[in-house]
Amino acid sequence: MIVEADDVLPVRSTEDVVRVRQEVRSRTAAVGFSLVDQTKLITAASEIARNTVIYGGGGTLRLQILQNTTRRGVRLIFEDKGPGIPDIERALTDGYTSGSGLGLGLGGARRLSNEFDIASKPGEGTTITLARWKR
Amino acid sequence: MEHIPILKIGDCLLVSIQVDMHDRLAIALQNNLTEKIVITKARGVLIDISALEIVDSFIGRTLNNIASMANVLDAITVVVGMRPAVAITLVELGLNLPGVRTALDVDKGLVLIRNSIDDELGEIDAGELN
Repeated sequence: MIVEADDVLPVRSTEDVVRVRQEVRSRTAAVGFSLVDQTKLITAASEIARNTVIYGGGGTLRLQILQNTTRRGVRLIFEDKGPGIPDIERALTDGYTSGSGLGLGLGGARRLSNEFDIASKPGEGTTITLARWKR
Repeated sequence: MEHIPILKIGDCLLVSIQVDMHDRLAIALQNNLTEKIVITKARGVLIDISALEIVDSFIGRTLNNIASMANVLDAITVVVGMRPAVAITLVELGLNLPGVRTALDVDKGLVLIRNSIDDELGEIDAGELN
């Protein structure tokens, strides 16, 4: 697998969440995603970016364009140094929230991605990786 | 800070969201609309989201909140112009908008509001006759 492009963006404010959406749109469009696939990954990115700001206390997004032998895709790696997620399974359950949200962010973002991974240690932070491939 | 204009047409308020809203802007819209409903005694709120490229859970919740608050203030809310890609994504995200009525475009949305207000007036008239 080749990483064609690899950029880092700040995810610290709700304005940054909007910029994340715009950057994900431009990358997915450049790779040739359909409008529906663009919309799905942008929406997933928006959910996770907001979590990074609200629960993670801010962090970064690494935005990668991937190329393997048969297909291209976009990978998003959100990283924060916040309190971490104590119970990942519960956090992924629709309707569960530790804040005031709807509790759809993590589970919804997972459904909207082809690949989804959460790595989190209490007190050290959270890394959430999403990827979607061009169909 | 950006501002989303609210236009008054007869007894309806019309909002066309033309920017990629950050969360504070969405909350400001919710608050401004609620105040405007009271000040103008509007009976209907029409929200055009045809320019919105995504609706995530926060924006969805804001639309739901607007509809709930409008409902308490005796106004009906109709969201119009949702893009097909947005509708497909909303379903997969798991977000349904129970309190929000939708229509395909502004014309159909205004008809929906008009009919709903007229129905209510009809019921009141019928009640007075009995």
